[in-house]
Amino acid sequence: MSLLNRREVVRELLRGRGELICVVGLGAPAYDLAACGDDPLDFPLWGAMGGVAMVGLGLALAQPGRTVLVITGDGEMLMGLGSLATIAAQRPPNLRLVALDNERYGETGQQRTHTAMGVDLAAVAQGCGFPHTRTVRQAAELASLRADIHTLDGLLFAVVKVSPEELPRVLPPRDGHYLTQRLRQALLGAERALE
Amino acid sequence: MSEPTATAQWADGVHALFKAHRVDVVSFVPDGGQKRLIELCLSDPEMRAVTLTTEEEGVALAAGAFLGGRRAALLMQSSGVGNCINMLSLPHVCNMPLFMLVTMRGEWGEFNPWQVPMGQSTPTVLEASGVIVYRVNSAEEVCPTVEGALQLAFQSRCRAAVLLSQKLVGAKNFARGDQ
Repeated sequence: MSLLNRREVVRELLRGRGELICVVGLGAPAYDLAACGDDPLDFPLWGAMGGVAMVGLGLALAQPGRTVLVITGDGEMLMGLGSLATIAAQRPPNLRLVALDNERYGETGQQRTHTAMGVDLAAVAQGCGFPHTRTVRQAAELASLRADIHTLDGLLFAVVKVSPEELPRVLPPRDGHYLTQRLRQALLGAERALE
Repeated sequence: MSEPTATAQWADGVHALFKAHRVDVVSFVPDGGQKRLIELCLSDPEMRAVTLTTEEEGVALAAGAFLGGRRAALLMQSSGVGNCINMLSLPHVCNMPLFMLVTMRGEWGEFNPWQVPMGQSTPTVLEASGVIVYRVNSAEEVCPTVEGALQLAFQSRCRAAVLLSQKLVGAKNFARGDQ
C-alpha cells in the first residue's frame, strides 16, 4: 500500500471549503496549503513551533459560528502535546485538528520523529479526551474525513499518514501583519479589523 | 469563593478592569498570588477561563483570539515567563496585542533558591523579547498600572506585562511552616 501524497490530502480536505478558517503549522503543511492557493481565511505560521493548535483554539472560541481547521505536521504537534490536553478540556465543537504525519522532520534533513518510534498521536488525543479521533491511511477514507471536518458538531483530531517524499516548496505570504489584518478583515469587517 | 482579604482586593479591581476593557478570555497556569483573580474569572459566566499546561500556550491562544476578534489576558508566575520566549515572536511579528500579568518569585523574601534564577531574569527576558514591562510594588498601584498596560496593549497593539512583586504578593516560607 503506497502512502498518501500530502498535497493531494490537503487539496481534498479543502475542496469546497466555503467559509472554513484554516490555520496551518510551519514548514511543509504551510507549503501544502499554499499549493492549494491563497485565501484570506488562511493563516499560515512561519514559526511559533508548537503553537498552531492553540491559535486554532483561540480562533474557535472567538468565532463559535465558524469551523476552524488546524493542519500541521507530526513534528509541530509533538512540540505542543500539552495543547491537546488544554483543547480537550475546553472541547470547542467547531475545532478540527489534522496532523499530516510523515514520521520525519522534513525541513531539517528527514530525521525520524517520535511517531516513527511508536508514538501514536491519535491515541494521545483520545487519551486527552477528544471525542472524535482517527488515523487515516488510505485515499478512500479522505472523503469521510472531509465530510466530518465540514459538518461534524464536535471536536475532532485526525492523523493522516503521508509519504515523507519532499515536494517543491510553494511559499505562502510571510508578512505576519498582512496575514493578521486580512484574516481579521475577512472575519470582522474593515472597521473592526483596525481595532 | 473566599472573601477578599486586604492584600487580595486588587484582584477584584483587575477583574473589573478586564470587563471594562472587554477582555473575556483569560488563560493561566495558576499561581497562589493570583488565586482570587483566577476564581473570579472562573466563576464569571461572561468569561472563558482556560487552564494551560504551559504558559506559551496562552501566548498562542491570545493570538488566535485576537484574529477572531476577542481579547485575551494571560496570567502566570515568573517561572512561566521563560516558557514563553519563542512563542512571543508570534504576537511580535504579527503586530498583535498581548497582556500578561506575572506574579514574581525569586526575589524579596524568597526561601526557595530554585526560584531565584528565573525570577531575577524575568524583566530582562521579557524586554529582550519585545515586551514592555511594568513593575508594581504595592497594592494601590496594581489597578492603575494594569489599566495603563491594558490600554497600551489593546489600543496600541503592544506586548505588555505587569509584574506583581513578591513584596506585594507576600513571600511564603514553607521551611518556616507558612501555608
